[in-house]
Amino acid sequence: MGAELLFWPALFAYGEASLAFAREARRPGVAGRLAIWGVRLGWLAQTGLLLLQAVRAEGFPWGGWAGALNLFAWLVVGAYLIWGCRPSFRLLGLAVMPIAAALLLVAYAGGGIREAGGRTDALLALHVALMLAGFAGFTLAAALSTLYLWHERRLKRREATIFRLRVPALQVLDRLGARTVAVSLLVLTLGIALGGVSLALDGGRFDAAMGGALAVWLGYGGFLLLRRRTALHGRRSARASLVVFVAVVVVIPLTHFAS
Amino acid sequence: MRLALVGISHVRAPVELRERVALDLDGSAQLSALLATGGAEAVCLSTCNRTEIYVASEDGVEIEARAAAALDALSGLASEELAPALYRLHDEAAALHLFRVAAGLDSMVPGEGEILGQVRTAYEAGTPGTALDRLFRQALYAGRKARTQTAIGESPASVPAAAAALAQQLFGSLEGRRVLLVGAGKVSDLAARNLLSRGAEIASVANRTLDRATELARRFGATPLGLDGVAAELERVDVVLTSTGSPQPVVTRAVVAAALRARRGRPLFLIDLAVPRDVDSAVHELDGCFLYDIDDLQAVVAESLSGRRREAERAEAIVAVEAERFRDWQASRDVVPAIASLRARAEEIRSGELAKAEGRLGRLSEGDRRVVDALTAQIVNKLLHLPTVRMKEAAVTADGVLYADAVRHLFGLGEEER
Repeated sequence: MGAELLFWPALFAYGEASLAFAREARRPGVAGRLAIWGVRLGWLAQTGLLLLQAVRAEGFPWGGWAGALNLFAWLVVGAYLIWGCRPSFRLLGLAVMPIAAALLLVAYAGGGIREAGGRTDALLALHVALMLAGFAGFTLAAALSTLYLWHERRLKRREATIFRLRVPALQVLDRLGARTVAVSLLVLTLGIALGGVSLALDGGRFDAAMGGALAVWLGYGGFLLLRRRTALHGRRSARASLVVFVAVVVVIPLTHFAS
Repeated sequence: MRLALVGISHVRAPVELRERVALDLDGSAQLSALLATGGAEAVCLSTCNRTEIYVASEDGVEIEARAAAALDALSGLASEELAPALYRLHDEAAALHLFRVAAGLDSMVPGEGEILGQVRTAYEAGTPGTALDRLFRQALYAGRKARTQTAIGESPASVPAAAAALAQQLFGSLEGRRVLLVGAGKVSDLAARNLLSRGAEIASVANRTLDRATELARRFGATPLGLDGVAAELERVDVVLTSTGSPQPVVTRAVVAAALRARRGRPLFLIDLAVPRDVDSAVHELDGCFLYDIDDLQAVVAESLSGRRREAERAEAIVAVEAERFRDWQASRDVVPAIASLRARAEEIRSGELAKAEGRLGRLSEGDRRVVDALTAQIVNKLLHLPTVRMKEAAVTADGVLYADAVRHLFGLGEEER
């Protein structure tokens, strides 16, 4: 019951933030402030929800897919809040918040806010947390790429209203997107390594979900390598980052449910 | 203390008149000091758009006349000739005007950034007392508040500023960004200075005649080039600013496409200020290349200015609130001395009566004496509480002075000094 009381305010606040960001993009002003407060309050409510789950659970409460999705949404919004509080990065929420709201809703539908968890394996918990943090970073990088493409389009169209909205410079978005992918890849690498150790200790077998994680690692690793070796910058880099992210969104659920 | 403003600004006076009364900082300081005699206060604000003298004194009439006479003298015109351009404002209206000036709401371009610094400099060079000190401090606060809480000063208000701001939309900071000027005329010079002020580096100047290029390049510490050197230079610079008089495009799509290949994904920003245009418009279609011509920049400026005007409405509300706060403060100055005198008189009576009763109170214990002391103080405080509150409330209306006079009369405050 307590979890429900925290879930609905969190979902409502994320939904409000999504709508307010859409409004802010059309007419900047009060909507932007309402949006960022929606994000903050929603994140606080979800933090409360996660704490409640952690206190009530006997083991790691986010081991299942729905629970993991709940934690993942929290990490995505948390990562956004690091930049989102700055006015120039505020519009990143236009891409991030609808995703976070949708993920939280799916997590709820899948029972991710109710489950009490069963396993108390610290190694596994750390593995899951690192994997989710890595994916949260990739989601943020995708949002940065989306913002890049949108802002670049405005500059290419020579929109007279270009200064009405505060958006980071294209090169800042490009650089930040690549850095976010690099850091997330590092976190994912640690997560995969811990998963490997856990697998070796448990004596388990390599499955499709692990294959999916490795595919994601290869996808983003290849992206970073191409950026370093070739002229993959700007629009092409943003598109490539988005293509890899879409592939991740397709591959991860498929491999997870196949394993 | 009465506040008055006498001034001339771009709203009523043409530049020929404004330049007659314009003062440099030393002149402003001297004039302020000259006017601020016998307890009066004066600050002179002189910019290219205005010369305004703010004065404050007990009666406010004589010093205002002297300030107006000073402007007459500066203009070298008879006072009847200057009168149509001169404006005089008093108390709250004068305060509101200064707050609007500090917020850039009275400027030719709403929200222009320089005026706030000019108000600060004038204040520091002037001879303010309590009233003008408070007025100018609050004006600076109102100006900052209007700029931070609205977007009145954010977007560019001129073509060179728009070009530089667009470059920042692409690169972020322009610190260390290399600029190529194509054309060595005055337009290039002006636009380049704007980029320079934001940290960019003028790397090279290309022109049809190398002499002109050398002359301008020397001013910026750049490398002079002929127009045939542009293609190679495109690979090395970040921003290209063109303003030649050439009837044909100087920078073609093929040249830019070749440069972009060599740049390995680094974007290129081209600003074409020439008419006819210097850069082939097809260049804009290339990936990683952004081209803005004079029409695009003018459209951005027009939109920015209309945006500033929209924001000006919000800024007006901010300065109005500040003007109201100043009025309250000014009004409270009328009643504060009366309140202080009333309380002092009450305390004097209380202490006197306690002293008279000393003989009878002497028999009381120390604790009981403290109780009596506290009790009498409490009675006095309770009696004076409501009149004090009412006087403070009246202070923010026109009745403040009347109340203060009534209290002085009823309680005989200040009579013993007469």
